[in-house]
Amino acid sequence: MDFYYGMAQLIGVHTLLGLSAYVVLLTGQVSMAQAGFFAIGAYLGGMLTVLAGWHIVPAMLLAAAASAVVATIVGFPALRVKGLMLVVATLAFGEAVRIFWFNFDYQIAKGNIQVGPLGGEGFKQIRYFPENGWSTGEVAIFIWVWVVIVMAAIWWMDRSRVGSVLRAVGEDELAAQSVGINLTAVKVSAMTIGGFIAGLGGGIYAHYTTHIEHLNFGVILATFAIAYPILGGLSSVIGVLIAVIFIQGFLVEVLRFMGDWRNLLFGALIVLAMNVRPDGLFDARATRTIRRLFGRQDA
Amino acid sequence: MLELRNLSKHFGGVKAVDDLTLTVNEGEIFGLIGPNGSGKSTTVNLICGVFPTTSGAVLFEGRDITDAPSHRVVAAGITRTFQNIRLFGDLTVWQNLWVSQNSAAERGKGWFGRWLGGDRVGRGDAEDLLKFAGLEHRSGELARNLAFGEQRRLEMARALAAQPRLLLLDEPAAGMNAEEVSQLAARIKALRKYGMTILLVEHVMELVMGVTDRIAVLNFGQKIAEGAPAEIRENPAVRTAYLGTADA
Repeated sequence: MDFYYGMAQLIGVHTLLGLSAYVVLLTGQVSMAQAGFFAIGAYLGGMLTVLAGWHIVPAMLLAAAASAVVATIVGFPALRVKGLMLVVATLAFGEAVRIFWFNFDYQIAKGNIQVGPLGGEGFKQIRYFPENGWSTGEVAIFIWVWVVIVMAAIWWMDRSRVGSVLRAVGEDELAAQSVGINLTAVKVSAMTIGGFIAGLGGGIYAHYTTHIEHLNFGVILATFAIAYPILGGLSSVIGVLIAVIFIQGFLVEVLRFMGDWRNLLFGALIVLAMNVRPDGLFDARATRTIRRLFGRQDA
Repeated sequence: MLELRNLSKHFGGVKAVDDLTLTVNEGEIFGLIGPNGSGKSTTVNLICGVFPTTSGAVLFEGRDITDAPSHRVVAAGITRTFQNIRLFGDLTVWQNLWVSQNSAAERGKGWFGRWLGGDRVGRGDAEDLLKFAGLEHRSGELARNLAFGEQRRLEMARALAAQPRLLLLDEPAAGMNAEEVSQLAARIKALRKYGMTILLVEHVMELVMGVTDRIAVLNFGQKIAEGAPAEIRENPAVRTAYLGTADA
């Protein structure tokens, strides 16, 4: 049973990561910085519960807010560049964050052991859940409550005017400007929202794994983050969830028996999926089919 | 209302717009015509802040809006359509209007109000606009599924949704048949009744001659004539620019 709880936790956290990239991608920006925001949320969230003794919820929220602030600051210079240059700029930022935590030491004595981040050794003993007697199942439920809240919030946002504005910017910047949309404000806002969600995911991640190190937050995680909304499609937040289940649940777990050959097939399957369903696994047509199943005709 | 003062735009050695001075008065339908490559669209792009001017100034209602970012130009009260239609194809007809209602009408609502309040402000206006554009039955359709003529009408409605006082139409009749052109002319005349000022950039002569009050003619980025449609029709310099010299 613990395996499935562990799986549910992983999928939940990666869904948050994917959703953070989804919001940014709506405005047409391919951001490789999400793993960096995720790392900031993870380290700060862990430090607040372990070193400052906070309850996990305010710790996560403050860590996410800090990620959002960093995302805003990064957003202004980064979003002046487009396309490949943006990918490179955000990738550089993500790596800079990782290197920061690689060099960062801040330990205090707790009882007879030292706790806190210790550079390359990582940040061990983030034991909020076990110390407070949470079972694995309870942690999984806790994670999914957050996933549902964030998904519902983005779902609602997508259907409000904000969603249309974000998509308008993603589709045609010149046209968006010419109907009075302030491109910088919209892109930086999307980056900020994305930073918050990634920070939230990071905060949860640090606590359920109990041990984080800089290597957890490298290019591979950044690639996963952007792969989810690209693979899942931008029709709906559900696409991100489906893509995470497809990658983490199916590709990573089911193909585990293949050993290191898995990675080869893994790449091939993603390329295949993108060719067969170029608008994402969960595209507009799938949305319509599901609506019909539930008896709701499209307008 | 709109004043261009010695406006110039050079792309390298090419003088796309060269020392252009003209004034559009409030309530007027002003035509800007000229052969291909004479700088008409460049002029529109300069007014809208798409790219920076080389020299000169753009004044709107007495305020200097030279090189202002596009969204500020919209907030000042100028919107436009594009020569090659630029709708948000993956948004519905309704959403195309929805995103546009965010400037003049909502000024003073604060940042959050502007983001979230679009539907409350503009629902009635948007329905009127859909009717005006003849798209009231298409509001849930994706913009890219519209027919060409419908797309042109939607783009005009989208520009109007931001409640401009000056509307720039960049070749709105391009690709239209005679019947569609006459419908367009009727729409432009209807807008005048609401007090809209219009700068019409156009190739199609019957449209320009039929609806405009005054016309300026560009050739190689320079203004070669200005006056009422009847005067322009008789102007020898204009004939030369359009048809070549008489003895050629």
